[in-house]
Amino acid sequence: MPALEVHNLKKNFGDVQAVKDISFSVEPKEFFGLLGPNGAGKTTTIRMITGVLKPDAGSVMIEGIDLRSNFLDAKMKMGVIPEVGNIYPDLSARENIELVGRFYGLSKATREERADKLLTDLGLKERADDYARKFSKGMRQRVSIACAMVHEPPILILDEPTEGLDVMSRRLIVDKVKEMNRNGSTVILTTHNIEEASRLCQRVCIVNKGSIVAIDSPEHLRRTMEKMQAVEVGFDRKVEQAWFLSDDISRVEQCGDKWRFYTEDPDKAIEKIVKVKEAQGLKILSMSTTGPTLEDVFVKLCEVP
Amino acid sequence: MNWNVYLRGVSVVARKDMRIYYRKAPVFIFGLILPTFLFFAFFVGRELDINKFFPGFLAMSLFFTSSSVGPLIVPWEKQQGTFERLLSYPLSISAIVLGDVIAGAIFGLLISAIVGTLGILFIPITVTNLALIILAFVLGNLCFSGLGVLLSSPGGKAPANIMMLAALVRFPLIFVSGIFIPLSEMTGPAKLITYCSPLTYLVDLLNQSMGQAYVFSWGMDLLVLFGFMALFVLAAAVVLRRMSLKGL
Repeated sequence: MPALEVHNLKKNFGDVQAVKDISFSVEPKEFFGLLGPNGAGKTTTIRMITGVLKPDAGSVMIEGIDLRSNFLDAKMKMGVIPEVGNIYPDLSARENIELVGRFYGLSKATREERADKLLTDLGLKERADDYARKFSKGMRQRVSIACAMVHEPPILILDEPTEGLDVMSRRLIVDKVKEMNRNGSTVILTTHNIEEASRLCQRVCIVNKGSIVAIDSPEHLRRTMEKMQAVEVGFDRKVEQAWFLSDDISRVEQCGDKWRFYTEDPDKAIEKIVKVKEAQGLKILSMSTTGPTLEDVFVKLCEVP
Repeated sequence: MNWNVYLRGVSVVARKDMRIYYRKAPVFIFGLILPTFLFFAFFVGRELDINKFFPGFLAMSLFFTSSSVGPLIVPWEKQQGTFERLLSYPLSISAIVLGDVIAGAIFGLLISAIVGTLGILFIPITVTNLALIILAFVLGNLCFSGLGVLLSSPGGKAPANIMMLAALVRFPLIFVSGIFIPLSEMTGPAKLITYCSPLTYLVDLLNQSMGQAYVFSWGMDLLVLFGFMALFVLAAAVVLRRMSLKGL
């Protein structure tokens, strides 16, 4: 039985179709990513999955439980960090975590034990009893993730959990989420950080303008974009883009101190680059071939300028 | 419906509200300081029969305290960014509304119990029916706490705006509910207007339980208060369900 099944989900806000017809399923223990540009419908989809928003049509099944007819039982299975999901600034880190434990019916002993472990794991032990209003953004987000995990949910849904965080907080959160996944939780992550999604997710679903444009493993998605192979070259001096444009090189982009040449055929592209090098008297300092990144796939599918 | 989860949600929401919102400045200002000043303004230094007007003052104090917590909670949570998270817990909107109503009612109950006890000890007030006072306290606090939650349910995330709206609704009510002019002495259109105010029935109930002149039977007062309470709570749940994402 899938951990999450979404069938024909639709949501309109007035005349705007925020989510058009989204269906997908997530297997137990899978690390699943939901990607898309701003306004693509990711957060609306997540809000419908977590029961915050009622869909106009379609259904959501959480471990086989219909969210519409068994609302509370289905929500008991989830741990959620919503897009706007702060913690209570007038409570301490420990009180915030224990409050959430109460919502999920944990006993006092279990709440205390899990709060202690999570505070230690997330580097907040020393500040456990301080009011959350005194915390930095990264610390608040660490408490937030602890709140989502305190009842050890089978499904963890994280909407942009590492957005705008410092490296330390980001790493602690990612490590903790990976640990939950290793221990058997299904993770559904929305993120703008394509590199992070590529590194963490077994499958990603790319959403644009309220519809799914691709759903597959990052590796498979990259392979479908063979045209987006590239040759990356470092030269000894400044070059001009126009020198390299030809039938075999579709796009030229400067990446830091290197140049990236997009091509369907790296062999022919290299031939062209070498010809230009000789004609212009350039010296090649480095050269490597790369496949398309998940970001390239994302940009292509979503037509992000 | 899983009733265990539902009732646990109501109880945890109420506990959370009591822990966080009882200490907020607007609750002190609108729930405690304002009725105290109104008491001084209208009752102190005037040749009034305090026994005759005490039930009205007690009703006014209960009305202000119990309706002071509700208007604050939802806008405050939306402003702090905690409301969407609350919606993602195993809670329904009606459980959130009920939890908020109970938190407001317990605050009102505590303060009105203190005011009532002080009245009995120091004025002294005649109590003819203690059970009726207790019933009036419980039902009155739930009713006006429900009104407070209803006032906040359509709003966005600016607590100050909602508190102003709440003041606009609450102030006129105390002038048309038989607090300053006894109900039994009212005539004509003024009397008809007082019948539309839920506070009238609380004042009448307390008058009756403290040996003062009253208009309706206690059963009628309780029934109307219960009706208003049910109306406020249901309306708050319906409106909040429709407007829950406004201001997120």
